Amino acid sequence: MTSSTTPRAQGGRAPDVFSFDPDACVPMRTYADDDEVDFVIVGTGAGGGTLACKLAEAGFRVVALDAGPFWRPLTEFASDERAQGDLYWTDKRITAGDDPLELGSNNSGKGVGGSTVHFTMVSLRFRPDWFQSRSRLGYALDWPITYDDLAPYYAEAEDALKIAGPVRYPWGPPRGRYPYRPHEPNASGLVLAKGCERVGYRWASVPLATVSAPRGKAHPCVYRGFCVVGCSTNAKQSVLVTWIPRAIAAGAEVRDLAHVGQVEMGPGGRATGVVYHRDGAWCRQRAKNVVVAGYSIETPRLLLNSATGAFPDGLANSSGLVGRGLMAHANDGVYGTMDEEIRWYKGPPVMTLSEHWNYDDDKDFPGGYAFMSQGPLPISWAQSVAANRGMWGLDLRRYLLDYNRMAGFKIVGEVEPQDGNRVELAGHEDALGLKVPRVTFSYSENDKKLKRHARRVMREALEAAGGRDLWEADGTAHLMGGCRMGSDPATSVTNADGRTWDVPNLWVCDGSLFPTGGGVNPSLTIQALACRIGDRIATMARSGDL
Amino acid sequence: MTNEIRSPYPHYDVLDKWDSPSWNDQTRDVVARRLREVPERRFLSEHLYAVLDVVVARLVPQPDRPDAAVPITPWLDHRLDTDGGEGYRKESVPPQRHAWPKGLSALDGEARARHGVSFTEIGPEQQDALLGRVQQGDVDADTWDGLPAAAFFSDVLSATLGVYYAHPAAWSEIGFGGPASPRGYVRLGPEGRDPWEAGKRSDP
Repeated sequence: MTSSTTPRAQGGRAPDVFSFDPDACVPMRTYADDDEVDFVIVGTGAGGGTLACKLAEAGFRVVALDAGPFWRPLTEFASDERAQGDLYWTDKRITAGDDPLELGSNNSGKGVGGSTVHFTMVSLRFRPDWFQSRSRLGYALDWPITYDDLAPYYAEAEDALKIAGPVRYPWGPPRGRYPYRPHEPNASGLVLAKGCERVGYRWASVPLATVSAPRGKAHPCVYRGFCVVGCSTNAKQSVLVTWIPRAIAAGAEVRDLAHVGQVEMGPGGRATGVVYHRDGAWCRQRAKNVVVAGYSIETPRLLLNSATGAFPDGLANSSGLVGRGLMAHANDGVYGTMDEEIRWYKGPPVMTLSEHWNYDDDKDFPGGYAFMSQGPLPISWAQSVAANRGMWGLDLRRYLLDYNRMAGFKIVGEVEPQDGNRVELAGHEDALGLKVPRVTFSYSENDKKLKRHARRVMREALEAAGGRDLWEADGTAHLMGGCRMGSDPATSVTNADGRTWDVPNLWVCDGSLFPTGGGVNPSLTIQALACRIGDRIATMARSGDL
Repeated sequence: MTNEIRSPYPHYDVLDKWDSPSWNDQTRDVVARRLREVPERRFLSEHLYAVLDVVVARLVPQPDRPDAAVPITPWLDHRLDTDGGEGYRKESVPPQRHAWPKGLSALDGEARARHGVSFTEIGPEQQDALLGRVQQGDVDADTWDGLPAAAFFSDVLSATLGVYYAHPAAWSEIGFGGPASPRGYVRLGPEGRDPWEAGKRSDP
């Protein structure tokens, strides 16, 4: 993959992501910087990309900016872990706290489509009770919306991504069939199935955002297994090949390699647009509304970096909560050696799961977790073995010879929202002169209980499936929170529509809205939220409430 | 025998698939450049480069390739030269372009204090013992001058593995399928093996 440093989406054209011709483009509407568009959206991932589509299809004039490149998956994505490192957000960041987060490839994307370009495609709904964790389950916080508010948008997102999932998913409320049939589990997934059946947990095929039948110009998933470094066949239904082409077709302009440094404020406490860096120069896009969709680090960072005399602590921060309540998922793993060959590099990395402990509340901690089958590629596998087992030298090389007989599970485990886990601005600046984010994270005592419980459960299941020489891995996945939505301006940054309490034409639309993180991967919920916010904005516009 | 690396797939070479449907043009391009365009030393001093080279040879020894070791140190120096990597760092650890030279100097200083000669001149057992102490953070505080030794060790180890396991020779030795596009896989079940995957010692 050759790093792209020149913008490609300009001059009325954008890359055609469905073409094998490396020069093919689709027509794209363009707006002048001084043209006051209806919405400028900062970020084109699961939140911003989805919202750009929804708003453009509703007839709004939309410009969506992404700090990263506009990739051509079919001709640029290599089958190579190292070469694909350009997909990640690798700008300078500082980590702190008792349990500093791994960032970079672990949980961030930089490019049109955001981190969905390299996500594992796991597309799960929240347990309905989690939207009211405080009032129904007695921990953490309530969301300002209910599952029923979001359910139609889950269905909309699942259809937009043609999720391949089981006919009857065994947890949560009844739902319609998934649009595409489930993928047959690989050997790694069957290890989880065997372990669960022997221990007495239900398991299921993971609803996945990679097609199990043809869709448009994409053939079904060929199980090449490089999903987390970008799909070169377009079977993966990332935002780059779903919402973005729809957004452009509906009249949105998507600008790649456009790094927003500031939301600009005008008189009357309203945002007037954004200042962004593109092609070596700082530019200014005027807009009636600004949506920040940079995910849980860059969204708070931008609001904090946009401080003015009237908003000295950053925009939308009268509650003091911008950057606070940052969450990850506990991603503890258990691995072992099997007698038979598994060859877990084949197929999507996560093909089966058990959500048992998301729905069974008989445990000594709040929150839940799902555990899932795994399929790491060689570099990340070697690094995990070294980091968690302390191995190096010939011992490590020999252990890694058994790569094809490994199996294991990892959790997506809920952590508590804590105000002390947060994004702040560090004292120094990056190459663009923007203050670098400082990211603090520490597990709570409850989080540690969850991790211990999950490790015990996974050990039991992996041993039951025939795993030997078991060991445990630490780690986190995903980011959520940092600009939580709520019902009270004193305890949240935005209302249920992602509209900031303090600046009426400034919105947030990404995972930073999450008050709680649940025990499932966040991308489907982010996309459902974006669909809902898009509908709400259209409704408000019709009634003159924008 | 203690130095032996016995791959379960002695007859498998992932590069045999170079012209097959498992490799597309963009993958051939990046792997070809990796194999042919090994960078020259540009960042570290000659001495610290030599120290790193010995460290890497202990972290990932290649006694099975006396004349054709997978090059690792050049890519680590290149990473420092371009300030590549994942971008983030723990607050307690200085930026890598500062931390790595400092850590390598400290390691060399420990060797000189204990053995009177450079890290490059002590024996492999002594090198391993010293690296083991660095891994545990069991080092001389003055020599390391506030640099967290254990974090330095894990950074170097992680980066080293990131280079070694990006090489086709490493893919072949562990039986990884390697590049797989446009052709992926068909037989996904237990003991399932497509004809273009690595065959075990016992396979025909």
